[in-house]
Amino acid sequence: MPTFDKEYFNLGYLDALSYKDTFVHRLDPGIKVIATFLFVLTVVSFPKYELSGLLPFFFFPVLFVSSGDIPAKFILKKILLVSPFALFVGIFNPFLDRDIMYSFYGINISAGWISFLSIFIKYVLTISAALLLIATTSFPGVCYGLQKLGLPEIFVSQLLFLYRYIFVLAEETMKIVRARDMRSFGRTGKGLKTFINLISVLFIRTVEKSERIYRAMLSRGFDGKIRSAKKYSISGVDIIFILTTLALLYLFRKYDIAWQLGNLAKKII
Amino acid sequence: MSHHIVELKDVYFKYPDGTETLKGISFKITHGESVGVVGANGAGKSTLLLQINGYLMPSSGSVVIGDLKLDRRSRKEIRKKVGVVFQNPDDQLFMPTVFDDVAFGPLNLGLTCEKVRERVEEALKTVGCIELKDKPPHHLSSGQKSAVAIASIIAMQPDILVMDEPASSLDPKSRRYLINILKNFRHTKIIASHDLDLILDVCERCMVIREGTIAADGPADKILSDRDLLETNNLELPLSLQKIL
Repeated sequence: MPTFDKEYFNLGYLDALSYKDTFVHRLDPGIKVIATFLFVLTVVSFPKYELSGLLPFFFFPVLFVSSGDIPAKFILKKILLVSPFALFVGIFNPFLDRDIMYSFYGINISAGWISFLSIFIKYVLTISAALLLIATTSFPGVCYGLQKLGLPEIFVSQLLFLYRYIFVLAEETMKIVRARDMRSFGRTGKGLKTFINLISVLFIRTVEKSERIYRAMLSRGFDGKIRSAKKYSISGVDIIFILTTLALLYLFRKYDIAWQLGNLAKKII
Repeated sequence: MSHHIVELKDVYFKYPDGTETLKGISFKITHGESVGVVGANGAGKSTLLLQINGYLMPSSGSVVIGDLKLDRRSRKEIRKKVGVVFQNPDDQLFMPTVFDDVAFGPLNLGLTCEKVRERVEEALKTVGCIELKDKPPHHLSSGQKSAVAIASIIAMQPDILVMDEPASSLDPKSRRYLINILKNFRHTKIIASHDLDLILDVCERCMVIREGTIAADGPADKILSDRDLLETNNLELPLSLQKIL
């Protein structure tokens, strides 16, 4: 099953991106989480027929991709991968909402299509923001940021463990899958029954592993609380970044910049 | 100090499913001694190590570490004195970065952040991994993982270092490096392994465990050159001795 191997390396790739060292990567993770959160909230707060007002928001993903040295193609692929979800959310709008909103040279565009497009743009914006946050911030950093935003400690430590062991588990799965493929010739041996066995073996191994990990934690004095000695300090750059973000978000939300630019262009012509 | 630091008296242990793994183990280990524990698969080596750490409690008999007798209340104190390096470093390294992982123990001891930082750096320097500080464990090689796992234990400055198969996943060079690190420690060491050459290099004393009892206990060079004793325990002469004897 080559796809499993591929997915595993993809996961590793996104992780590797987050260890680059650029201006965006160096920003305080807490600040980045807050900025992303606000960005998503602002985008979602637009009314359902909004199109032009959303366009200026592409400024943020573009900025992150270019200054964070993130391959845009990789992010676009990831967005496409999840896009059926957004398509299904909006696909019935054109059929249900048939009032004509605009008409260009005899082609009528119904309100349904507009709201569908609006949903899709919102989806692209929010998903790319989330992906770029992950690609430019190390996962522990994101967890730290979430903790700062008030996520209870137990969830934070769960997330940290998830991050640490998803790679171990994926590798283990990959090994089992390879061992199965090596001994199943053609179709036989790849059925549901083997799959169930495979999953149960994996589950039992996971339980055993968790016991061993817990043992290792106890032997180092674990008492239910995970402490950190890392100090994150917010620098001037972080403050400037968050203030600029806030100002831009406000500006983009309040004034329809794309629309006004269009009008300006019309006047000049 | 001359008093015994680890003392087991007539320790029996039965797993909940009824298998009796330890059947009357008694020994004393003094300060600074390094002891190898060898034996066939399933002889009870790992179970024995877990008794010393207080993870498993003896069904009968007593375990004394320093001046503390192991019971449910003293377990926490005992774990501060006994540092265990487990066989699989992936189990040992559970924090997202090397630094966080090595800092985990010292932070739980209640040290200040400054002190923790010092200890982490010192421990990582001892095992030669200081440049890996900010890496996540899944970016490390097996040899690096083992070294960091050892650093995570020595950062707690335990009195006793307990290791289960420390070199099982290492290439020869990393293994040699590990042996040199271990030789330089002045901790009391208890090392369980099938790698008899490692035991011969690092330990001056060796115990052979057979079906939950101690089959032999004495100077490592003497025990590990006793072909008959080793072969009845599913072992063989260390490679370095095979040509000589």
